[in-house]
Amino acid sequence: METLLKVKDYKVYYQTLKGHVKAIDGVDFFVRSREVLGIAGESGCGKSTLSNSLINIKAPMIYEGGEVYFDGVDITKLDVNKMRTLRYTKMSIIPQYAMDAMSPTKKIKRIIFDLVREHDRKIAEEEIISIARGRFKEVGLVEYVLNKYPVELSGGMKQRVVMVISTLMNPKLLIADEITSALDVSSQKFTIEMLEEFMDKGYVDSVIFITHDLSVLYQIADRIMIMYAGNVAEIGTTEEIIKSPLHPYTKMLVESLPKMDVQYKKKKLKGIPGHPPNLLNYPSEGCRFYERCPVKINPQKCKLQKPPLFEVKPGRYVACWAYAEGEKGE
Amino acid sequence: MNEVLLKVENLSKIYRSGIAAGGVTTAVDNANFEIKPAEIVALVGESGSGKTTLGKLILRLIKPSLGKIIYNGIDISKLKGRRLVEYYRHVQGVFQDPFSSFNPIFKVDRVFDLIFDSYLKEMKQKKRELIANALEKVMLNPDDVFGKYPHQMSGGQLQRILIARTLLLDTKLLIADEIISMLDASVRVDVLNTLGKLKDENKISVIFVTHDLSLGYYISDTTMIMYKGNIVEMGDTEKVYSNPLHPYTRMLLSVVPTVDRKWEKKKEEELFSLFESGKRRIWNGCPYYDRCPLAMEVCQKKPSLLEIESGHKVACYAAIQSKGSKAEKTFSSENEK
Repeated sequence: METLLKVKDYKVYYQTLKGHVKAIDGVDFFVRSREVLGIAGESGCGKSTLSNSLINIKAPMIYEGGEVYFDGVDITKLDVNKMRTLRYTKMSIIPQYAMDAMSPTKKIKRIIFDLVREHDRKIAEEEIISIARGRFKEVGLVEYVLNKYPVELSGGMKQRVVMVISTLMNPKLLIADEITSALDVSSQKFTIEMLEEFMDKGYVDSVIFITHDLSVLYQIADRIMIMYAGNVAEIGTTEEIIKSPLHPYTKMLVESLPKMDVQYKKKKLKGIPGHPPNLLNYPSEGCRFYERCPVKINPQKCKLQKPPLFEVKPGRYVACWAYAEGEKGE
Repeated sequence: MNEVLLKVENLSKIYRSGIAAGGVTTAVDNANFEIKPAEIVALVGESGSGKTTLGKLILRLIKPSLGKIIYNGIDISKLKGRRLVEYYRHVQGVFQDPFSSFNPIFKVDRVFDLIFDSYLKEMKQKKRELIANALEKVMLNPDDVFGKYPHQMSGGQLQRILIARTLLLDTKLLIADEIISMLDASVRVDVLNTLGKLKDENKISVIFVTHDLSLGYYISDTTMIMYKGNIVEMGDTEKVYSNPLHPYTRMLLSVVPTVDRKWEKKKEEELFSLFESGKRRIWNGCPYYDRCPLAMEVCQKKPSLLEIESGHKVACYAAIQSKGSKAEKTFSSENEK
């Protein structure tokens, strides 16, 4: 299968007065075309930083190194103007809390028009509106929504409007950042089905779906990447990650999820003790999960050397020294 | 044991909106239920179902429009002065956003100081010891808490500090309003387990308000499902989940994401039934009428909450009709697949 996005040893830091916060510190992954890659992790693990930086690196974010190949082109080397035409039309993002970020003084129609014009100067207004009208109908929104102000819409409707706007130009890659988190379970399901339908119809090619909720990812993702403190912990297919996790962190994360046959009275779930490290001026050496890890397979090595992503079998990557002797360990 | 800690009788809260239009929103509509000592009740509903309003009514943050809340035999709306303070010694709340419950410029110790200032003046000498005790009960190390600022702690820790704070008082009933919805999966469980432990060891009752059915199932003894201000189904958690009777409960259970099973793909027309249809809600009718796949003519009159099996009540004509005939065990059978 074709690879749409390939990220190699990517580093993005935050500039602060006290030094660098190493939010993304050497991440490797790829997204195939026509797949949903789910990214999960605790708050502060860098999942939003990663997705935002792929679209636009702006202060206080700084690009520290690595390559990002999108459709064969390294976008970290592109100039501002080239990136502007790529953004939104080829790779689009639904940022966290996007539905509350629409300008309250503009009608939906105007918001759509302004946004499209910003990235594509040639397109005519009627054309934009007619595409939007068609898409709105498909997601069960009536046409007059175009003439409404954002405050006049309910949360579920706003989320649908945002999804239509973000995919209007049929982007190849859509990054969806926590789009289901603020929604009720029924709207969650609707949003996800909508996304799947957009993929079936070819409005979007591939999706990076970011959430802290593994049970949502289980419903939609083809593959899952688990992040911990700015590093990749594990990558595998959805079934592999949920049913047979390898990294100690993933194991504990999956263990802590509520399941429909577990009750406090009968069996107690366990959380993960401790908390993620502060990434300000954090040394790049050593495994970042070391402090909380119950395994510490080789304490000396774990503490001092950062585990690379071992490919234990084709497509299955784990960053843990316990798998150094895996099928393709280094 | 037939003790009742809290009894809610015909409780309603009606908000009026629009001065000229005379619009009326019934946030809580004729709620009736009881809470026993050492019982965890999960109050489940989507946004706008009135679950938070119900919690606020019990905390006396707002006044009921109709009906009564009776705590230990006393109507709480009649409480004043010292007896109201006494009530708050027993009934406390913890809310959704732990970060906004703390003032960021003060150390976290302050939330304990406030309690001592207003409720425990006579015990100030033993303050540190008492606080340390309470913190240990919520599985926190006192040394990690004293002298810290809110930003130095995780959301889960802050939430447990707030629970510890209620323990300093003689809390019998804790209203926990979405206390874990902002927390990471890895710390959620710790907070839930804390609630379970307090119930077992301190015999505290908890009203656990949540929109997440899987978390409700894990911790609760009793489940109440709310829809648009109405309690549509309530009963033993085990019974409600293994044999959901109200169509709304079934819909909710079918869309809960878990790692046990994948969603069935719904047909397009079914999908839109997840939302409110254009059908007008019928005044005095079943609140779920406009979304319900089983809606019948009788549903234009509001069904009352009836006991179908022991410890399991539902407000639905269709469910009452099929009583006797085996109700479908939708959720558990899907689970087995």
